[in-house]
Amino acid sequence: MTFTFEVLVTLKPGLADPQGKAVEASLPALGFSGISGVQVGRHVRLDVDAPSQVEAREQVEEIALRLLSNPVIEDFRVLETAEPALGNEPAPPGAARR
Amino acid sequence: MTIGAPRIGVVTFPGSLDDRDALRAVETMGGEGVALWHAEPDLRGVDAVILPGGFSYGDYLRCGAIAGHAAILDEVRSFAERGGPVLGICNGFQILCEAGLLPGALIRNASLRFICRDVFLRVETSQTPVTRELIAGEIVEIPVKHGEGQYVATAEQLQQIEARGLVVFRYADASGQVNDAANPNGSLDNIAGVRNDAGNVVGLMPHPEHAVDPDLGPTGGQALFASLLESVLAGART
Repeated sequence: MTFTFEVLVTLKPGLADPQGKAVEASLPALGFSGISGVQVGRHVRLDVDAPSQVEAREQVEEIALRLLSNPVIEDFRVLETAEPALGNEPAPPGAARR
Repeated sequence: MTIGAPRIGVVTFPGSLDDRDALRAVETMGGEGVALWHAEPDLRGVDAVILPGGFSYGDYLRCGAIAGHAAILDEVRSFAERGGPVLGICNGFQILCEAGLLPGALIRNASLRFICRDVFLRVETSQTPVTRELIAGEIVEIPVKHGEGQYVATAEQLQQIEARGLVVFRYADASGQVNDAANPNGSLDNIAGVRNDAGNVVGLMPHPEHAVDPDLGPTGGQALFASLLESVLAGART
């Protein structure tokens, strides 16, 4: 079976997130007010061939811990997903191919 | 038993920049530079290993993260476990932290700016292969050039680092005062370089290999390379 996961990696609270800050600071100019807590992190999508969902998730957790994140400075979250990769959504019936 | 000049290996990763300068510094100081390649798990019998500066793997994921798992790193790890001297400079320091050979991590400079200038470092210990010819409290002038040089560690790690005397260099002013004004990148406790518990693995952000030739600026790097070569020779004599 193939299981698809998304790993989200963000900086630990307390460490400066300059990208998040810059995005947040630019929002008022676009007319958005009252938006706070903007974080910019890393998104990694993986397709895992494994006998079970549990084993697949265990592998992804280990990958996230050992390579995708640095536990000194980052936290991560592993999400299983059934959504197709962005840009790979099936075309709606009758839609012309671009 | 080493015969002749100490053989110092310098590992080139895709994106390494300062590998040739490191080899040149080794040769300038009287050693034999040995070029090593990241994909070949072979240290070619060198007496010490340098992981040079640069942007290995384009700094993808995090600085040093991919190189920290390169084929040659297993060899470097066993070499370090046997007590072999290993020096990581700038990106090499980041690689050693990512590989778990040194504690802590390097993140974006507090100023968010790339820094390229000469700094003063206060030597904190002579108990490493690159500071054995120096005395704690001595000042060396060496350039930094980095965007991700802010040294951080968890509170628990930092407490251990300080308690065990693992800090090798701190950013200081010319008179040796360690203060915020002398801290170029926001590093915790002005830490510019650390060692492992055994003392044979050292990493630092500043570039000693760019500070050996008096025609090109300060020469604070000479003592580090002289120490490294001397530590190899001393090891061979015992």
